[in-house]
Amino acid sequence: MTGFKRHRRSGACVATFTVFEADLLRSLAGQLIELLRNESATAELQSDPLERLLDFSGPTSEPDDPVLARLFPTAYPDDEEAAGDFRRFTESTLRDGKAGAASAVIDALEEAGLTTEPEDGTFIDVELDEAAALTWMKSFTDMRLAIATRLGIEDGDEDYWEKLPDDDPQAQVHDIYDWLGYLQETLVQAAR
Amino acid sequence: MIDVHNGGVSTSPVELEEPEVDDATLLASPWVTIVWNDPVNLMSYVTFVFQKYFGYSKKKAEKLMMEVHHDGRSVVSTGTREAMERDVQAMHEYGLWATMQKADQP
Repeated sequence: MTGFKRHRRSGACVATFTVFEADLLRSLAGQLIELLRNESATAELQSDPLERLLDFSGPTSEPDDPVLARLFPTAYPDDEEAAGDFRRFTESTLRDGKAGAASAVIDALEEAGLTTEPEDGTFIDVELDEAAALTWMKSFTDMRLAIATRLGIEDGDEDYWEKLPDDDPQAQVHDIYDWLGYLQETLVQAAR
Repeated sequence: MIDVHNGGVSTSPVELEEPEVDDATLLASPWVTIVWNDPVNLMSYVTFVFQKYFGYSKKKAEKLMMEVHHDGRSVVSTGTREAMERDVQAMHEYGLWATMQKADQP
């Protein structure tokens, strides 16, 4: 397992993934896109069919899924109406941005040679310019927020996760979370 | 001080004392963007975002990040309501937990 490094001559952030790692990243990015598209970012359905057709506004209430609620926090905690307006005007754009970032990660991995049925023992080299590095950082963040919300990660709970038996599915997911954190940390350092 | 709008010659105490309540309120209470601590985002990443998005120096970005880390929250920008809505949206884009409120609100 290696993280990102800064390529001295080009200034790009580079990393080499095993096929297994690249495939895992692609899968996580794919799941994120699915989640973002799943509970659609549209306003509650109007009862009137004409109104429904003409309604182009976004959602006004917090998403039911706790992951989505974390990805799209309430901007005005003490003002429900202002919070609803903010959400209506921003959440769809934010969703598209996050889905777009995850797609960009998948595209970059596939352009770097990750096929649909990758062969063991091959490696995937990615090279990110400044803009791409930022996109990956945002997407790593979204993936980590999603996993942390599902696992119920809290400040100072490292001991709990360390003590879980290796074959516990939660421990395995937590390993992935840690790995993404490592990738994120090395990418931030390389991009500075 | 000369009141230009009254030609600098107004002697009417009534006009001078008339407060423009709306403008005064707007100026007195700008809005703030608050970033809250969360157990997920890396300290290095949060600092990076403050530098990248707000253009803050590394020193200032680190100071704000440490405030978030230790105090649970930090005011990261101040301005008009519209500007703060843009900042909150940008923070959400970066995956930081941000809210906004009037500056004089506890």
